[in-house]
Amino acid sequence: MDYNLIVPFIPNLRRYARALVGDRDGADDLVQDTLERAVRKFHLWRPGDLRAWLFSIMHNVFVNQLKSRKVGLDVEIDEETLAARIPTVSRTDVMDLQRALQGLAPEQREVVLLVALEDMSYADVSRALGIPIGTVMSRLSRGRERLRRLMDGQETRTLRVVTP
Amino acid sequence: MSTERNPDPFERETQMLRRAFDPVMTEPIPARMYLRNPAWHEYARAAVFVLTGLGLGLALPLMRREAPPQFPMAARVVAPALPERAARAYLVYSPEVRHPVEVDAKEQDHLVKWLSKRLDIGLKVPVLTEQGFELLGGRLLPGADGPVAQFMYQDGSGKRLTLYVSRRSKAESPTAFRFAQEGRVNVFYWVDRDCGYALSGEVDKSQLARVADVVYHQLEND
Repeated sequence: MDYNLIVPFIPNLRRYARALVGDRDGADDLVQDTLERAVRKFHLWRPGDLRAWLFSIMHNVFVNQLKSRKVGLDVEIDEETLAARIPTVSRTDVMDLQRALQGLAPEQREVVLLVALEDMSYADVSRALGIPIGTVMSRLSRGRERLRRLMDGQETRTLRVVTP
Repeated sequence: MSTERNPDPFERETQMLRRAFDPVMTEPIPARMYLRNPAWHEYARAAVFVLTGLGLGLALPLMRREAPPQFPMAARVVAPALPERAARAYLVYSPEVRHPVEVDAKEQDHLVKWLSKRLDIGLKVPVLTEQGFELLGGRLLPGADGPVAQFMYQDGSGKRLTLYVSRRSKAESPTAFRFAQEGRVNVFYWVDRDCGYALSGEVDKSQLARVADVVYHQLEND
């Protein structure tokens, strides 16, 4: 196992982390911790799905971060800088999306994002998050419904996150 | 990747997420994320190097004593390693316009049967369509220890990849995924119980890594 094999997956990890955490610095810290942990766990890797392995490590790091931060993901989003960082879409759209995402429970957000961004199958998600496929499916459908409601403005947007 | 997917009723949300976050993929990777391999990894490499050196140092004088001195400078003690052989074969055949393969992909069944018979092992041909590569066909090559199969793929822009498959020789032990660069050819290779595999191409390392991951999966899991 060689670190050079992991490098191609860094953009994927960063994209997912950005959507999961919400702010750039927090997301990159999550990626950094994930990479360092992966290097420490090299000896546990067996040739196989490297992407799923890396995402499962990121999941563990993320869960630990949630546990250590009692506040959960109740992060103040700086609207100006966030929108400036994502130039291809209009500011309001991204803000709405980012807020709506933060309105999902973290475990729903993980499933929704792995499927949408990484195009993972239920089986891939189940492996990456260490949960049964049935749970993947129910979290996905509940998460998507909630995301849609939040996006459509049917639900009052609360930045306060429902922690699991 | 996704097999259990229904027609997506959340297409709109998915598209919004992709539009919002895909740009992150092309951001430059922060320098701090380029980590080093763990120390034990480097020690292990160094140890292999030192042991090989010691081994050769001890063995060569003995060999010299036994062998008649006609060839005092044995050019090579061992055959070139798998990635080197694979890269050479890639360089020889991939530029071929008219005869890149001996047996065309149209006769894939025949190709697989023939090569399996010659290598005396059940070969499988990975499908890389999702990665943008179509099978062109394959050929039989002489290897260090007997016949070798080479499958060639090509993408829409004419870029080619070869998968080089040889029976594992007694001298080789199974290895995990490895990367090697032979001149301008990048090679990912690994050795399992029966075979050594090397995927070669003049494509960038990250793209090749992804294809290699898919090849590995299809060969090991089917």
